[in-house]
Amino acid sequence: MLKQIEGSQAVAEAVALCRPEVICAYPISPQTHIVEGLGERVKSGALAKCEFINVESEFAAMSVAIGASAAGARAYTATASQGLLYMAEAVFNASGLGLSIVMTVANRAIGAPINIWNDHSDAMSQRDCGWIQLFAENNQEALDLHIQAFRLGEELSLPVMVCMDGFILTHAYERVDIPTQEQVDAWLPPYEPRQVLDPAEPVSIGAMVGPEAFMEVRYLAHAKQMRALELIPAWAGEFREAFGRDSGGLLHTYRTDDAQMVVVALGSVLGTIKDTVDELRRDGMKIGVLGITCFRPWPIAAVRAALAHAKRVVVVEKSLAVGLGGIVSSNVRTSFTGSPDTVHTVIAGLGGRSITRAALARVFTAALADKLEPVTFLDLDRALVERALAREREQRRSGPIAENILRDLGVVAARPH
Amino acid sequence: MFQIRIHGRGGQGVVTAAEMLSIAAFREGRHAQAFPSFGSERTGAPVVAFCRLDDKEIRLREPVLAPDALIIQDPTLLHQVDVFGGLQRDGYVLINTSRSFEQLGVGEFARGLRAERLCTVPATELALKHLGRPVPSAALLGGFAAVSGRISLDSVAAAIREKFEGKVAEGNVAAASAAYDYVKNEMREAQHAQAD
Amino acid sequence: MPFQPVKFYQTGTFTVGNRLLAEDERSVQSNMQRTNSLNSGHRACQGCGEALGARYAIDAAMQATNRQLIAANATGCLEVFSTPYPETSWQIPWIHSLFGNTASVATGIAAAMRVKGRSDVRVVAQGGDGGTTDIGFGCLSGMFERNDDVLYICYDNGAYMNTGVQRSSATPPAARTATTMAVGAEPGNVFGQGKDLPAIAMAHGIPYVATATVAELRDLEAKVRRSMGFRGARYLHIFVPCPLGWGHASQDTIRIARLAKETGVFPVFEAENGEVVSVSKIRRKVPVEDYLRPQKRFAHLFGNPPRADVIGRIQETADRNIRRFGLLDAQGAKP
Repeated sequence: MLKQIEGSQAVAEAVALCRPEVICAYPISPQTHIVEGLGERVKSGALAKCEFINVESEFAAMSVAIGASAAGARAYTATASQGLLYMAEAVFNASGLGLSIVMTVANRAIGAPINIWNDHSDAMSQRDCGWIQLFAENNQEALDLHIQAFRLGEELSLPVMVCMDGFILTHAYERVDIPTQEQVDAWLPPYEPRQVLDPAEPVSIGAMVGPEAFMEVRYLAHAKQMRALELIPAWAGEFREAFGRDSGGLLHTYRTDDAQMVVVALGSVLGTIKDTVDELRRDGMKIGVLGITCFRPWPIAAVRAALAHAKRVVVVEKSLAVGLGGIVSSNVRTSFTGSPDTVHTVIAGLGGRSITRAALARVFTAALADKLEPVTFLDLDRALVERALAREREQRRSGPIAENILRDLGVVAARPH
Repeated sequence: MFQIRIHGRGGQGVVTAAEMLSIAAFREGRHAQAFPSFGSERTGAPVVAFCRLDDKEIRLREPVLAPDALIIQDPTLLHQVDVFGGLQRDGYVLINTSRSFEQLGVGEFARGLRAERLCTVPATELALKHLGRPVPSAALLGGFAAVSGRISLDSVAAAIREKFEGKVAEGNVAAASAAYDYVKNEMREAQHAQAD
Repeated sequence: MPFQPVKFYQTGTFTVGNRLLAEDERSVQSNMQRTNSLNSGHRACQGCGEALGARYAIDAAMQATNRQLIAANATGCLEVFSTPYPETSWQIPWIHSLFGNTASVATGIAAAMRVKGRSDVRVVAQGGDGGTTDIGFGCLSGMFERNDDVLYICYDNGAYMNTGVQRSSATPPAARTATTMAVGAEPGNVFGQGKDLPAIAMAHGIPYVATATVAELRDLEAKVRRSMGFRGARYLHIFVPCPLGWGHASQDTIRIARLAKETGVFPVFEAENGEVVSVSKIRRKVPVEDYLRPQKRFAHLFGNPPRADVIGRIQETADRNIRRFGLLDAQGAKP
């Protein structure tokens, strides 16, 4: 059924349709509307046979999900940014134990400096924790990915992180098609765990594994994600049959067939990029877009195939490997040797900085004219940066960087002298 | 694509207005996107919300930089925030006030635009009268429907009833209708004045 | 008071004869049908108080729950010695997640049982003092506050033993640990710190809080059984000596635990909804010196000259406990 609702509410509806049994979450912007929506449904009885637990921290949230999932319940939680970091130990624990928890990450920047706006630093910080990581391009895909995630995680006994851009998607009203309960029930059978805490058949879960077997256990975790590379596209096809749309899969290509330059990105910025690409195509530029939906496992072969004929790649990413450059671009680079010969990293949108068509067009044009540096920060205010560096050169007690910059911008009142 | 930018302060229903606008467009079978310029919850601080309308899927996610229409819920923002930034030459402007563009000190600016697309409406007063609360957002949507013709008053009413219940919904609908009539009247008078 | 102390007078061996008691008064361990949930073959140290306490506690819990029990375990000695790869000595469904989240994991298990309509299955969480009073404190408080249906058992040996005897917030004053060495003007752990977990549990107003030692094992079993008669958050704090960490002879574990109780150093009591409802009286009061002397972790108090001031402060604390809980009646006060 078509609805015009907030992204968070669309996700809450989708999760509710998946018949979760234990929901536990701790509030953090910008995920709160999701769990509030679910909490209301549980309390009113609309979502039956579900325990909603108000936990005291994100670490507790993931831990409650671990206990619930290990005991055979379908468990769900949601977080962002600082919350994801706070539960990091438990995040690794969940994937290490092979528990099929589904978690929404409403992508938000990680402090310091504290910032509530969108970028991908939170999900990226956990990219090697063993969870499957899926990125939604719009709210329709966000709700669809949750429905796919429960089935995927339970089939593989792996937890799945569904990432959607905080505020940009979570707080945006747009048209979505909500499936029926019958449709979701047909897609998602009841949870049948591979391992479960059951008094009738006792098992010990979580014992120490020494050097004799740790390599093998970790290899098997990797093998599971390799299997996901096969399942994800296959099931995206099944999803298309069952629900009538192209949500999920490993990646989406747009106008890449004859593209000499391909722009790679994750998440909602793909929409703005596609609009920009359409304008540049009208001007004759042979440019296309590759949207990565499945970030972990990284779809090496599919990326290689999608970029095979491109001479140049521009990766626009809302993440930064401090001291290295791009995270997504590093992953892109591992997908091929040789051609494409040039991969540009464009760090953009950190901390919610707007990514505009104008700025993108400038950068794509520069790339095509071979005038783009290997690593650039989109829309960087160089004067501001220079002032900060000069301040540090001038005096030892130069003060907190962020506050000084905000003062320069006039956001914070000047210090009295 | 038609882009609207709504300016106001926290607590005035700016974000809700954008959402209702998107719901109204949805009810008319159009695609619509509404989102706030984001910040922590804080009453009184300047807030901006955006709405895009189109007949096909809207993919763009940047803020509305070149609005086709502006709704200004709080005239105290006029000289504090760059509310007019990027406004298209034939753009619509609706300001919540009982004063004129001239009296607000933006008469000079208004002269560069199309007069019949610039309207004011005392939305807060109308809201107080019909709703009992000084929240002008729903009323302004009625005014917007009138000045732009891009959305029908019926759709606005339906959107209001989706967001609110009972007396509050009906009060808002009444305020929106009153604002619609007010603006239509204002436009008629401006046309007659031009014709003379 | 649910537990009747039974006085045995026996010569020749130290064996306490369960066969002298009525069946319903016998220890669960004396029953051939006991579940042996913590099976033999685990790698605990000789004389480990925690292994003793856990064996009694879990078998009692299994009996009280008709064998419908799931356990969550914190990282620590119990977890490490009970599951040495590739073996496990647990014969119950058991999960080890992390160090600080055991109470939350137990909450999750309980929620799963509730949602599946299996509220006959009960949940126990277990951890050492480190995992409970320090790193697990936040999760524990959350579980208490929500009154989740979990019995949390803390095995308190007063330090992070598995990592080499480091100080925790349960380490008693003056005790030597690897991070509170017996050197300097104030050797050992300092005074004026530490957390009284049973009191904190009581402050949460949860249905049942109790303390116990491995010196009175039937009392321990009775308290586990009693706790399973409640629904909601329950806390059991068990005093378990550690021969290695405390530096006492491995055959003295039970004796040291008894001395802790009989000196007043460790009050044994039960509380419901935040109020003390019964105490285990001291049979015959003993000066704290008798408790401290056999432990090398207090050896620096008995040097030349001995630290009478420190011993005096410990005695004051013990006397305060005796007053607060009413641990002495006229008979016990007699030397």
